[in-house]
Amino acid sequence: MSEAKTEFLERSKKFWNPGKTQDWIDFGVDLVIDRREGYYLYDMDGRRLLDFHLNGGTYNLGHRNPELVEALKAGTQRFDMGNHHFPALARTALAEALKECAPSPNLQYTAYASGGGEAIDIALKTARHATKRKKIISIKKAYHGHTGLAVKAGDDRFSKLFLSEDVNDEFIQVTFNDLTEMEDALKGRDVAAVILETIPATYGFPMPNEGYLTSVKRLCEKYETLYIADEVQTGLMRTGAMWGCMKYGVEPDIMVTGKGIAGGMYPLACVLISERCGGWLKEDGFGHISTGGGAELGCIVSIKTLEIVQRPEVATMVRYIGNFLRTGLDEIRQAYSDFFVEIRQHGVIMGLVFNDVQGAKPVMRHLYENGVWAIFSTLDPSVLQFKPGLLLSQTDAEEVLRRMAIAVELARNEVMGVKRRKL
Amino acid sequence: MQDSLFHSLIDIRESKAGLLGKADLVLERARWATSIFERYDIQTTINIVKAVSDAAFEMAEEFAGKAVEETGFGIKEHKKTKNEMASRYLFNYYVEQDFVNPRVNEEKKIVEIPRPAGVIFALIPSTNPIATVNYKIILALLTRNAIVISPHPAAQSCSYEAVQRLIHAAEKAGAPEGIIQVLQSPTIPMVEAFMTSPKTNVILATGGTPMVRSAYSSSNPAIGVGPGNVPVYVDSTANIKMAAQRIISSKSFDNSVLCTNESVLITVPEAENSLKLALKANKAHICSKEDTDLLRRFLFHPGGFNVEAIGRSATWIANECGIRLPSETKVLIAPISQIGVEEELSKEKLCPVLSYHVANDEKQAFAQARAVLRLSGAGHSAAIHAESEETILNYSAHVEVYRVVVNAPSSQGAAGLETNLAPTFTVGTGYFGRSSIGDNIGPQHLVHWTKVAYNRDEKVVFGNYHEIGKDFPGPLPEAEIEGLRPSSRKQPTKITQNSVESAEIRKEIRRLISEELKDLLGKSNG
Repeated sequence: MSEAKTEFLERSKKFWNPGKTQDWIDFGVDLVIDRREGYYLYDMDGRRLLDFHLNGGTYNLGHRNPELVEALKAGTQRFDMGNHHFPALARTALAEALKECAPSPNLQYTAYASGGGEAIDIALKTARHATKRKKIISIKKAYHGHTGLAVKAGDDRFSKLFLSEDVNDEFIQVTFNDLTEMEDALKGRDVAAVILETIPATYGFPMPNEGYLTSVKRLCEKYETLYIADEVQTGLMRTGAMWGCMKYGVEPDIMVTGKGIAGGMYPLACVLISERCGGWLKEDGFGHISTGGGAELGCIVSIKTLEIVQRPEVATMVRYIGNFLRTGLDEIRQAYSDFFVEIRQHGVIMGLVFNDVQGAKPVMRHLYENGVWAIFSTLDPSVLQFKPGLLLSQTDAEEVLRRMAIAVELARNEVMGVKRRKL
Repeated sequence: MQDSLFHSLIDIRESKAGLLGKADLVLERARWATSIFERYDIQTTINIVKAVSDAAFEMAEEFAGKAVEETGFGIKEHKKTKNEMASRYLFNYYVEQDFVNPRVNEEKKIVEIPRPAGVIFALIPSTNPIATVNYKIILALLTRNAIVISPHPAAQSCSYEAVQRLIHAAEKAGAPEGIIQVLQSPTIPMVEAFMTSPKTNVILATGGTPMVRSAYSSSNPAIGVGPGNVPVYVDSTANIKMAAQRIISSKSFDNSVLCTNESVLITVPEAENSLKLALKANKAHICSKEDTDLLRRFLFHPGGFNVEAIGRSATWIANECGIRLPSETKVLIAPISQIGVEEELSKEKLCPVLSYHVANDEKQAFAQARAVLRLSGAGHSAAIHAESEETILNYSAHVEVYRVVVNAPSSQGAAGLETNLAPTFTVGTGYFGRSSIGDNIGPQHLVHWTKVAYNRDEKVVFGNYHEIGKDFPGPLPEAEIEGLRPSSRKQPTKITQNSVESAEIRKEIRRLISEELKDLLGKSNG
């Protein structure tokens, strides 16, 4: 580590976040991201990393995607955040573009937030308003963000710390893929909404069982509960379809998108709301106010994002990238089958499961040492989140597999207690 | 998708970033497709090429009509012939050649492994908008390359639709998705973006000089060809009747839009009279001095060749000039006394007008033929009608071209239709024509070979390579998705409909073509 970096990390601890800064050092990841371009990150000491973290799909289209940068730059010649109280050109244009590609023709309106958590809060508030019920069902180990309501819908790892966990039994958590538990929770007919990430990311991408999501939707209909699809990580073509729920044949009542929607160039999140659920937008359109929510510059970038991801080339790329990496990862898994035990995959959403409760951490570290950045799943550190970008080049895909084979072997030897092979 | 949905507030499509973004995505998709295609064996490859060639053959007539309708160039029947030639005939010509398996040279102790170029960016001219599409796609597929087709704006609609059909045929036969792609409405800046992208492996440029030169200066490898301006020499030893017949058949073939068509006929006094009679007998009209003046004025404007005349019939042109002639006239013969910059009629004419010059003797005739090529068409083609081998060889050594067609129509002959030259729609003009290749471009130009060379020392034994290196695994398995029924996995492919161009755009396109063609035809040094 350079002297400059050591000094910088001290400042980071002093002025920004001592805990987080130290944690990464303890994990063996002394990364300070400086320059970034496409799917490459450059550490402040100059080392290049292939980004397979992408901040949950924020950088789907690569860092500083030139078209998004251009759209933002051109946007600044005319727009700024805008006045959130008034009808606005860019907000309406994005809402229209979203409706056009929504997973259900019923999703008529878009409400805006400045981040995913706020968007989840809007979605939950909308459901409560529409149903006049308060309860929210999510899954155990769920993660939907850190704002007031969102944090309660998630694992209490993040709410207890701030004494913000649910104490009124309004937030129920059920086991993922368990329909009986789901129905039991819904039976009381007092649940406003079920909120589900189509594939729960922070929980390590467990795949929904065949028919699970459609059955949940059917149960929702039976008990007059709304279905909220959290598509923050599964949307925008990562499954090969525009929104993950489309692949499972689910038409949500409310849908949330964030992260990648503005390509990492501007913070923005959106809530798509059906006509039936959008009553508050008519009753009191000022009901939710957000100065930064739907900032028009963000909308300009997001419109471009939507245009790019819907180009016919992208779906083919996702298929090729998915198949190629899968074939390569299968080979690596076979070579280290006692350690690398499972591959969870849907398109370019991938979770690599290792035979140790903390198994993804050493893999992450060795990948880092070998020039690839991918992160473990916070709520299940046996799983490495492995997230290739939508536009990943063939060369980089080959490159990442080469590095992955090396990292998995090193991590396996470390975890399984086998002597490290000399390189 | 509605364009207005995405571009109504901020439109960056024409910015550098917008163009490069589009190009990179298309080219990277192509690159991915090649990574699958290179896993295909020879049989699968040939099956795909055959499916495409059959489809191209089937639609030869339909698209000949569409091309004539859209561009106004040429004759449907002749375009049909060219489209067919660039399908089954082309396929049969190359089907026996193996660009897939390693080849072994026991004697030299060398094994050669074919390495496809990768991603080809192909420019299509307006004059042969279907045949060139067929031809380039077949060449690319024979060598397991990906190809991105950029139609000419004047023939955009028919070329685009033809490519879509061939994509369908190829993918139905198992070609990797994206191995053939086509740009829907290419503009010059967009073409530049594709040509300069490092993701393009080679540019196959057939078209106007500016486009070809720009391909060469793109910093990517390019196979570009220059314009033609074919001198045809009729020697006193020639079978004059046959010579006239062949020349007229060539000049009237698709109204001379092939760049291999004869431009200036040169003969000697001994042959002159009988040649004139024979040309007339074949429905040529020999222009008077006044007719020739009218023709010159009509064909050559101060800015260059009159684009309106390209691929038009002899009677249409005569009518426009006010020349009276019999309605069955196929070719206009314009006698000229000079060759060179002073005489515009000695330049290339993509229409059934043939300049006619009588030299004093053979020596002067050869010098005049060289002069024709100095104007334009260097490295391209020449033709000769003669019986004397010595004359044929002498002439061929004099003219600065890489193919000389003997006793055959040049339009068809130089392109490999009525000679045993390789059938082609891209005539390599080599170093004379500032190009990298002097052959008729074929699949062999789109693949390089890794040479595995043994020690020459006899004590080092060469291995047995005959049974190995032929295992091709084929497409990658589809990544399994738990919890999804197989039927719901594949998304139906959306075929985007070709949008109708507005009058404004058509107008702009006409202007661009006109400029390009003027440049192509107006340059004195190709």
